[in-house]
Parts: sequence; C-alpha cells; structure tokens
Amino acid sequence: MGNIFGFNISPSSTVNLDNIDLTLFDRLHEIEPDAWKCMSCGSCSATCPAGRFSGMSLRKVLHNLQRGKEKEAVRMLKCCMLCGKCNIVCPRGINTRHLILSICKLYKED
Amino acid sequence: MIYQGKQKIWADYQKEIPDDHWFYVRSCIRQNFFPGSERMFLEICRNVLGKDFYETESHTTCGGIAYHCDTIPQETVMTIVARQFSLMTEAGYENYVASCITSFGNYLEILETWHEFPELETRIRELLWKACRREFNKPKYIAHASDLIYKYRNLIAEKARYRLVNRNTGEPLRVVEHIGCHYSKMFPSKGVGGAEYPYVLCGMVESWGGSVIDYPERRHCCGYGFRQYHVKANRGYSISNTHKKFESMEPYHPDMIITNCPGCPYFLDRWQYVIAEMEGKTYGENGYGIPVFTYEEVAGLVLGYDPWDLGLQLHQVAVEPLLDKIGIEYRPEDKYKGINKKDLMRPELPGVLKCC
Amino acid sequence: MKDNIVIVGGGIAGLEAARQLLKLGYSPIIVEKEDHLGGHVAKWHCLFPDMTPASEIVSGLIEAAGQANIFLNTEISFMNRLKDSYNIMLSNGVSVIAKVVLFTTGFSVFDASRKEEYGYGVYDQVMTNSDLEQWFNTGKDQRIENADMNAVGFVHCVGSRDEKARNPQCSKVCCITAVKQAIEMKKRFPDAMIYCFYMDLRMFGKKYEDFYIAAQRDFGIRFIRGRVSEVSENIDGRVIVKAEDTLAGKPVKVTLDLLVLMAGMVCNPDCGSLAGMISIQTDTDGFFKSRDNIADITSSMKDGIYFAGACTGPKTVPETLAEARSAALEIHTYINR
Repeated sequence: MGNIFGFNISPSSTVNLDNIDLTLFDRLHEIEPDAWKCMSCGSCSATCPAGRFSGMSLRKVLHNLQRGKEKEAVRMLKCCMLCGKCNIVCPRGINTRHLILSICKLYKED
Repeated sequence: MIYQGKQKIWADYQKEIPDDHWFYVRSCIRQNFFPGSERMFLEICRNVLGKDFYETESHTTCGGIAYHCDTIPQETVMTIVARQFSLMTEAGYENYVASCITSFGNYLEILETWHEFPELETRIRELLWKACRREFNKPKYIAHASDLIYKYRNLIAEKARYRLVNRNTGEPLRVVEHIGCHYSKMFPSKGVGGAEYPYVLCGMVESWGGSVIDYPERRHCCGYGFRQYHVKANRGYSISNTHKKFESMEPYHPDMIITNCPGCPYFLDRWQYVIAEMEGKTYGENGYGIPVFTYEEVAGLVLGYDPWDLGLQLHQVAVEPLLDKIGIEYRPEDKYKGINKKDLMRPELPGVLKCC
Repeated sequence: MKDNIVIVGGGIAGLEAARQLLKLGYSPIIVEKEDHLGGHVAKWHCLFPDMTPASEIVSGLIEAAGQANIFLNTEISFMNRLKDSYNIMLSNGVSVIAKVVLFTTGFSVFDASRKEEYGYGVYDQVMTNSDLEQWFNTGKDQRIENADMNAVGFVHCVGSRDEKARNPQCSKVCCITAVKQAIEMKKRFPDAMIYCFYMDLRMFGKKYEDFYIAAQRDFGIRFIRGRVSEVSENIDGRVIVKAEDTLAGKPVKVTLDLLVLMAGMVCNPDCGSLAGMISIQTDTDGFFKSRDNIADITSSMKDGIYFAGACTGPKTVPETLAEARSAALEIHTYINR
C-alpha cells in the first residue's frame, strides 16, 4: 500500500517482555548458572580495553541477552579480545571468560 | 476490575462547580472541527436548563497551542490570558468556563505559576496595562465545559429522548472515554475523578445509559501532542500514539468514543482514515471506523437534536451505524445540507475506511 | 504499685520487653488495641533469611510474656503526667498510675490504594505483600486461586522513598521481603516468570545478599531496575505493567497474572495522638522521636517514657527484639536509680 502522507506509524521502542524468547538463554543458564547473577555494576565495562573504541560491554551483552536482543549482544561480543580483565574485577565472582566462550558457542551468528 | 475501588477514588476528587453564572470562552479550533459542539453547549445550558452563560466576541485564542508548540514565550501567553480575565471582570463574572482543555490547563497552569511566582503576576498586570489599558480580577472558579455537562448530566438524562443503549439487543453501548491530557494530569485535584481514573466523562456515559470500557492504554495521549503533529517531521509520532490506543481498545469492540478535548476527537477520528490507508486496518464493524464524539454532541444526540444540526457530517468516521444502533432518526439525504438546506457538497470517499 | 510499667502495644517489641521485665521481677501491663498479640508479625508466614515460621517466633514470645497483665481490644483513652509518674485511663475503664510507659506501638502498613496508578483495589490481580503472606498462611485468595500463575511481578518501594506519598523514608525490609516472596512464589509456581521492579536493592542485613544472589542465580528471578509507572488491566483481567528498564534506558512492559505491591512501613497514626497527650515529640517522618538516634534510641526526651521497635522508624524483627531488650534494661536502671 503506497504511503502518500510522508510519515509512518513507527514501531514502539518499548521492550515487551511478554514476547521475549529465552529458550537459548535458559540453555546458557544451564551451563552457566552465573548468567543471571550479574547485578550490572559495570566494573567489567569500565575495565574493558576493547570497550573504549569498540563499544564492547559485557554488562550490556548479558543485559541484551536477557532482554532477547541477541543480535546486538553477539555483535558486541565480537570485539572481545578475551584479555580477562573483567574476570579480575567482577565482584560477583563470575568466570567471565568461561561465560563469554559459552555465549559464543551457543549464540552463533545468524 | 473492582468498580467500588474506582468509586472510592472518585469520591476523593470531587471539585466544587458553581451551578450558574458563567463566563464562557470558546476554543480556537473546535468551531471548525466540531461546529455544532459549542453551539450545543450553550443551547443546553441556556435554553434547556435555563442557566446564565455569557460570552463575548472580544475573546481571542488563549495562546495555548502556540505556547505548547514553543512558538511564543510564556509572558506572551500569560498576557493574552490576563486579557481574557479582564473581559470576564468587565462583564461582571467570576466563574470562568473554558470550552477547550488546552485553555483550561493553560489557565490553571498560569494561575498556579502566579501563585508560585507572584512577581510574575505583577509583571503581567503591567504588561497588560501597557498593551491595552486593561485590568483584571482572577476568576474565582475555573471549570472546563465538560465539568458543567457532568454536573448537569442527570438533568440531561431526565430530558433525554434516547439512551446510549443498543436498540436491538437492549445492551448498554460500549463506550471508550478519552480525557484530554491537560484536563487533570497537570493538576489532578482540578479534574472530576482525578488523573488516573477521571470520572467526568464516565459519569455522563453512566448517566445516559452506556457502559464504560477501561482498556490498557486508556490513559495514553490521543497522539496530537502539539509539536508531534504540527511539525510535519514529527507526525509519525502522533499517529503512532493514536495507533497504539486503537490497537489497545480493539479487543473490547467499542461502539463509540466520547472525548472532552478539542484535539483528541479530531485525531482519534481523522487518524482512523490515515491508519486505514497506511495499514489497511479499520477498527469498527464491517469496515467502518469507531465513531468519535465530543461530549456536547453526545448530549445533543441523547436530547434528540438532529445529528446534522450537531455537525456530525463533518466527522471522518461515519456516525450512521451508531445512530442506527441507538435508533436515532435522521434523514440521510440531509447529511450534506447546511443551514437553510444549502448544499455543502459531498466529500470524496476514502478507499479503505468505509463511510456512508 | 508505684513501679507499674505500662507497655503500649502487644506486638513483638511489647512482648519481648515484657518477657525481659518479667525476668527482672516486674509485672508489666500490656495494652493492645487489637484482639490478638504479635502485631504484624503474627500475620506473617516466614521470616528471612532462614525462613523461620513467624508463628514460632510469636508463639514463643506470647508464652514467655504470659505472666504479664494483658488487656486486649484496649486503647489508651487518656494519659497525663503526674509529678514522677503517668496517669493512664484505658478504654476498658481501668486506670493505672505508671512509673514507666514503654511505647511499642509499631508501624502501619502503607495504604497501597493511595498509589492510584498501581490500581490496588481497582484491578483484580493486584495485591500487597501482606495479602501474599496471608495467602502463604491460609492458602485462600481468589486472585491466586482463580488465575494461572505464569508471570508474577513485585513492585518495590510502594509508599516508601516517596515524597508524594509523604513517606520519604526507606522501609528497610521490603527489598528482602520481595526477594523472599519472589523465591517462595517461584517454588510454588516453578514455571512462572517472576519479576522484581526495583530502584535499588538494599540488602544490608545478615545473609540478605546471599538471598539475593540465590534469587538471581538459582531461581532465575528477573530483576528490572526501574520504578513501575503505571498499571492497567487487560481484557482477560491480567495486569499490564509499564516501567523503564533504566539499565538499558528503554521502556519495558509486561503482562502479569499477579502484581504484588511491596507496601512500606509508615508511622502508626496513634503516634501523633499519644505524643500529644504527654507532650513528647514525633520526628519529621511522623514516628516517635528518640532522645538520640544513635546513642539513645529507646529513650524519649521525657523521664519514664521509652520506645522500642518500629514506633521510632522502620525496623527488622531482630532489630526490634534487640531494642525491646535494651529498653527493658533501661527501664530497670531507671526504676533502680
């Protein structure tokens, strides 16, 4: 249908939690029980050497996965260099390296 | 839904509305969009109920639209409003009733601002004097015209010729009520029923026999939002919000929408056509839309006024299916005839949204 | 007779203080306006962090305070200060001259219907933390019996940290109570999604943080940082909750079968009237004002008037019990000075 009006109905930016498919995240949680343990303190992102120039943030990766934004998470994770600095600072003792590798294994691109 | 819970809240938000002697100010845009509404308001108040409502041709815009579109500064809108108050003072009234929700909110906001910044009021008094040598008293009461119809709703019901009931099934009509944002969201205590569950229109609907629908996006803006519409680049926001409301009310199959703001009925009505064109979707029965009314139009309908005298032919969404549901008599051939049977010409019919 | 001690309020603070005073050889009088002892705790199901049944704590206290003189369904009608004692008239006609009055009047639960936008008392599937505890105890609540429990939400800080509700104080226990109740619901409805909407989580007490971590890690409770702004009802009677996920900077919405409002602790309205009778002060939050908020929390500015528990501000159960013991000792020292 042609649009003669010059504007459109834009989709809502609201994240509707009803429609999020967490099947994959539940599988991640099985092998990485700590996947739900992050409290978004931001230590990992603050210390991440890749974050400064690439926008990589492990906190955001986890948050995006939990909100069903898998593509954004995977795109971000591509910039991780597995240097392990986040592992040192995480106050919740999450084995971030292990977690990142598990995410990579589960959430293959496309 | 626990109806008693709402009643409890409504009991907390009952404002004092004087019964008589009002200075009435019209809206800038309603006379074009809904030409019968303000006339009907005065007709009901003056001739049906015998009340004293005064209006003057010297009244101008309140400046609200320009203010909310950020095209005039606050001092300007305040001085315009000060002039309206001076007209009221000259006419010897102290109860001020606005036809428009934007104006109503504007007046309340200005009075509150003067209360909080008295030096601003002094300055506006000076500006008004310099500009046009006028002085004013502040109104004792400010009401929105829907407050008055709310107050008179049972008197209207007593004189009503029709009720908001489906003639064929005997069931009450399912009515969506939509309140203008500036009615009570800024100052909940100034609206009948407060901000979360306003009662002003519910009261009318109940009194006239309909049943009110409470749907998830009830509180949401109609979509007009001033800059959202008036800046063309933003119009997508405007229609997206309206679309959201229709999607939310759709499962309830509303028979009609009643509103108390100038912008809301306009956008809820006209955007149905645009949504139909864009998405191929209509929300009423059999390809029609959901008819949208001002409260004065609904009052006029139940009192038995001719739908075409109420200006319902200017609606985008056809009202005939609803008139038939209630059993209101009308002459289809008179739809596009104006005063003295002058031919208003027939509009082009839209492609998707079915109209009569 | 001249050493009469009147304890106003038969909740856990009053009972614990009575227990201690009995052990010290006094015969305290407990005045309770309700028809039961144990106050709010008596209606609770389990207490964090060890899931101790509340009934165990309360029945233990009632047993230990059994020798006190207890008036149920009784209020203070009138009270005034004599030279070094207080003249108290009770609503049952009894009058007492007391050397010491201990206020253990506790708190009131915030009336959640005042947060109109959350729809308590308007929307069917909205309840409070107290309602949920009651359901844990009785198993009877239509809101839960009549619905599938696929998604349940908890709203933190309802009427707490809320200047519009005129309660700027933190109610202290709601964060951990929400976590406790969320876990409890997950145990009863393992397939349900459980959400907690919080502004920040105040896990200050012993084992609270462990509890929170377990809720996240082991029970998959989903914590969303953002205050619920609006609740509405769906056509099928479920509630739709809107908030901002402030960690993502995006609005979120979710449809829930049950929404639990963590109604906070507000001052007992009796505080004001009792304080007025004997000219003691209430604080800006409406709770009784202690002589000193650090060094002397159980004393008032007047001789012979003491406080214990949540009548001076929101407290946990162990804090309340500790204050009651402390007040008993203060009273003992005062009488024997």
